[in-house]
Amino acid sequence: MTKRKYVSLPYLIWMIAFIVLPLVFVGYYAFTAKDGAFTLTNIFAILDPLHRKAMILSILLALICTVVCFLVAYPLALVLRYINFTNKGLVIVILILPMWMNSILRILALQMILNKNGILNMILSRFSIGPFEMLNTRGAIIFGMVYDFLPYMILPIYNAVMDIDADLLDAASDLGASKPTRLFKIILPLSKPGIISGITMVFIPALTSFVIPDVLGGGKIQLIGNVIEQEFVTSMNWHLGAGLSFALLIFVIIGLLFTQRQETKEKESNVW
Amino acid sequence: MKKRLFALLMTGTLIAGSLCGCENKNDVPTITVFNYGMYIDPDILDQFTEETGIRVLYEEAQTPEELYAKYSSGAIRYDAVCSSEYIIMKLMEEGSLQPIDYSKFEHIDNISDEVWSFCATFDEDNQYALPYFWGTVGIVYNKDMVLEPPVSWDVLFNGEYAGNFIMQNSMRDAFMIACKYLGYSCNTTDPDELAAARDLLIAQKPDVMSYLVDEVRDEMIAESAALGVIYSGDGSLAKESNDSLEYIVPSDGSNLWVDCWGITSECINTDAVCQFLDYVVCREDIAMQNFEYVYYPSSNQAVIDALPDEIKNDPTFMPDIDSLDNCEVYQLLDEDTMALMDEMWKQIKAN
Repeated sequence: MTKRKYVSLPYLIWMIAFIVLPLVFVGYYAFTAKDGAFTLTNIFAILDPLHRKAMILSILLALICTVVCFLVAYPLALVLRYINFTNKGLVIVILILPMWMNSILRILALQMILNKNGILNMILSRFSIGPFEMLNTRGAIIFGMVYDFLPYMILPIYNAVMDIDADLLDAASDLGASKPTRLFKIILPLSKPGIISGITMVFIPALTSFVIPDVLGGGKIQLIGNVIEQEFVTSMNWHLGAGLSFALLIFVIIGLLFTQRQETKEKESNVW
Repeated sequence: MKKRLFALLMTGTLIAGSLCGCENKNDVPTITVFNYGMYIDPDILDQFTEETGIRVLYEEAQTPEELYAKYSSGAIRYDAVCSSEYIIMKLMEEGSLQPIDYSKFEHIDNISDEVWSFCATFDEDNQYALPYFWGTVGIVYNKDMVLEPPVSWDVLFNGEYAGNFIMQNSMRDAFMIACKYLGYSCNTTDPDELAAARDLLIAQKPDVMSYLVDEVRDEMIAESAALGVIYSGDGSLAKESNDSLEYIVPSDGSNLWVDCWGITSECINTDAVCQFLDYVVCREDIAMQNFEYVYYPSSNQAVIDALPDEIKNDPTFMPDIDSLDNCEVYQLLDEDTMALMDEMWKQIKAN
């Protein structure tokens, strides 16, 4: 080992202790039955109608959340690039400000706001509207996810859009490209790595989240994360819980491989 | 200069700390007890050490499941454990508890016969489990939001309060409610009866506002719902914060729970542990002090007798024993039934 490699030692130890070893344990539980014999039933349990339903719903909600985040983040990044505003850093600080607060506190606060007797319904009732049942719905869960994960979409896209060389755009307009052409032919392709980072960083936590559906769904809506939590905490069936986690991990890895392939195609440096 | 001073100070405290640690370990008899958080008056621990010279290490858990998981991980050797009766049963079954020698207790006569009889449903000769606090599961309702006071679980199933009531987000309690409503035992192992309970809970689900555990109390105080399923202790606390709230144990029966102390089979210094349990649970003045902190019905009859009538006769706080005829203590169910119930609970939640 060269001297330079020793520098990575702290992280190496960290990685082995907190990433590799736990994964080995999850793997062990996933591939064994209660009596310790090898089995694949825990992995294939994801195909059980109940688990499949939770999985499909998880994918659906995570997809909607990702699309909404993108639709909010991308125009914002464009505006920030073109706006004549010297203190763009301040805007970014404001955007990531909620991240300075604990995520569970933020979700609990959202619960208070969306509640039947919550602040939002109270304000609406002043105008004789409502009250609406906003809490304990799929909409509330998507809202919570978007609220929680939006900064992870904004930051990489913002960085990618800001990095685009202004000369390229000037050249394009000199050659007669219209505004939409510049957006779709130059800005969008060049910011692709940022978009892919953003999608990965929003889709994966949204897919596996279990606190948000629990708090904002009132325990009525079951995502795959909730099923896994139940297996570990109440049913004490660590084997099935680990098996489902492992199956979920496979979905995540497929997603990552797909985005990795995109990235190597682009040969672009990435944000994270 | 400042830095060096700071370093010196830190070293000093470290050495002092380690010295103190040694001293205590060698000279003072120490016991380790395991209990829920906020489930004992912390002053009592100091008083006990002052009176007897026995040091008490107090470990906490939040839920029965967490307590059991921490206990079975074996990382700490506990001398005494306090938990819900079904965890105590599990420990008994595993052989993790030793019989308690009540001849070492001076005040054991203070424990109520009735509470002993609750424990006898799972601990036949009252050998392993010393009852601590007990209570019921019932309905807390808002007098201003219901048409008439509920008497039965029926209000949660007839659609009258659709979208306006909170269920317990706990498998065992949810099944208990459905079973009791259908007239079954909450300890049923009959798959058909469980299936009927499941179907009832699935049919009920669209009407449920939310499934919560500890938050039921807060939501009821905030008047977010008309009715909520709640533990009696939380019920009395909710009533204290909001005068419109009232608590009942449904007439079709409910769960009666008893939290008990057990002495682990790993415990060596049983004399010290018996002394501790005698002090906290059985001795009248200390049990009273502890009761005032925890505020659940105590197993100590002397404490109950000394309470003013308005508390003693408040059915929310102290259910009339006769009204508990239909109530049952949870039994430890066999593994197959538990697995079936887990599966059915998932079906309910996925619907």
